[in-house]
Amino acid sequence: MGSFFSSRIMTDILGGLASGVVIALVALCLVIIWKSTHVLNFAQGAMGMFGAFVGMNLVFHGVNYWLCILVSMMAGLLLGGATERVLIRPLYGKPEINPIVVMVGFLGVIESAVPSIWKNEISTIPTPFSQVYYQSHGHTILMSPFVAFQIVLSLTVMGAIALLFRFTDLGLKMRAAALAPEVSRLLGVRVGRLLTWGWMLSSGVGALAAVIVSSGQSLAPSNMDGIFVSAFIAAAVGGLESPVGAVTGGLLIGVAESFALNFWSTNLAPLAGVIVLVVSLAWRPQGIFTRHVARRV
Amino acid sequence: MIFVNELSVSYGAIKALNDVSFAAPSSSITAVLGANGAGKTTLLRTISGLVHPSKGDIRCDETSVVGMATEEIARMGVGHVPEGRGVISEFTVEENLRLGILASRLDVNEGMERQFELFPILGQRRKQYASTLSGGERQMLAMARALIARPHFLLLDEPSLGLAPLVTADVMKTIDSLCNVEDLTVILVEQNARSALRIAHQAIVLHLGAVVASGPAREVANDPDLRHYYLGLVK
Repeated sequence: MGSFFSSRIMTDILGGLASGVVIALVALCLVIIWKSTHVLNFAQGAMGMFGAFVGMNLVFHGVNYWLCILVSMMAGLLLGGATERVLIRPLYGKPEINPIVVMVGFLGVIESAVPSIWKNEISTIPTPFSQVYYQSHGHTILMSPFVAFQIVLSLTVMGAIALLFRFTDLGLKMRAAALAPEVSRLLGVRVGRLLTWGWMLSSGVGALAAVIVSSGQSLAPSNMDGIFVSAFIAAAVGGLESPVGAVTGGLLIGVAESFALNFWSTNLAPLAGVIVLVVSLAWRPQGIFTRHVARRV
Repeated sequence: MIFVNELSVSYGAIKALNDVSFAAPSSSITAVLGANGAGKTTLLRTISGLVHPSKGDIRCDETSVVGMATEEIARMGVGHVPEGRGVISEFTVEENLRLGILASRLDVNEGMERQFELFPILGQRRKQYASTLSGGERQMLAMARALIARPHFLLLDEPSLGLAPLVTADVMKTIDSLCNVEDLTVILVEQNARSALRIAHQAIVLHLGAVVASGPAREVANDPDLRHYYLGLVK
């Protein structure tokens, strides 16, 4: 059993799943925003990092790790809400390129502002669990308690989001606001408020993803850049309209990059994601999980 | 009662409504008739707050709704079934109905059961996705969803659109009985003048955004000039 889990293929799969769940989490955030407001949030990763900076820097001031995660998420929530209200809301009904340009600009603003705010506080964030790999019958399994924690936490958050959208009144209203905003308004649903909540949710979860990615390494504004690119590819592969697609795409890209890392080289790992993207777009341009919907014209 | 007073709406240089005035009495059906482009849909969308007027006033009972947000107008008891019905295909019948009642403080299950009594076919289809319903069933669902929050006013935009004549007759019969049973003030926009006039108490005829005739439905139906020039009926 131990040799099976330490085999090259299983090592790649486990490593891929560990990064894949985080990619899936960020891809899910992108899909939530895309579905509700049709905005491609190019600042998703940077916004998450901003939340992580706000919360996780408190670790170095003796604040409890778990409380820091909570503060990070709260900072993410607030930044998401403010971004929707201030930057995005005035652009509804305008050409779709406008919010994209604004968010690319916002990405630059965050990445240059963060080092100015937290000047000398870039240190390694501790991890709440050991990073030493498990051993089984003399074989090393590429899975540590911390990696297991990353996977379980990411899956739990994804599950909670799925339950929110599927089984709660708030989720029903958020789905309705995204699918049919005008009809929702006619039914008394406060669509504007729900769109803000959608951005808050996405940004809060993005901050959690940034904390997961940054734990065990130095906090840097660009920590999420690579993950964001992979998440963007994952969302495109799975289909921008499909949360299930985003999660599946994330896991797929994570495993593909892990295999590339092992069989090719570190530099070529991102290429695996691009190859998956090209093949999947050639097969299903709308994304693997997005259904073709006939629209009334 | 809905009062519309000197209402004007423009889309850029185009005047969609020009000084439209009428009153829709309580617990009655007011049919709004006219050809394509007459301004019928714009009138309903303006009452619901989806379109802002350039001039004029709209009062639902004593409250002016001009300038209010659409969702607030809905919350004060104005139900609107838009053209094309606006049923959310990706939702089940139950989810569509639940969405209709969430903005109110009414009991969801009680409201839903009440609609299943009014529209028994929806009770049989409650777990089905709206995309699998027939045109008539979708219309029933759209009306049930608008009614579930117990509105005082109901705005119906072309409920017979795309329906077979027999189904249209059913839908009109349902609207007529809803007006009586639910004590609703209904504004019914229709191109199918014959069907609408059969159940309406009064009618107004719009032409290029202006009211060209109004009065009791029977009088409008019997006016040979109106029938010929504006309603597309045989003289």
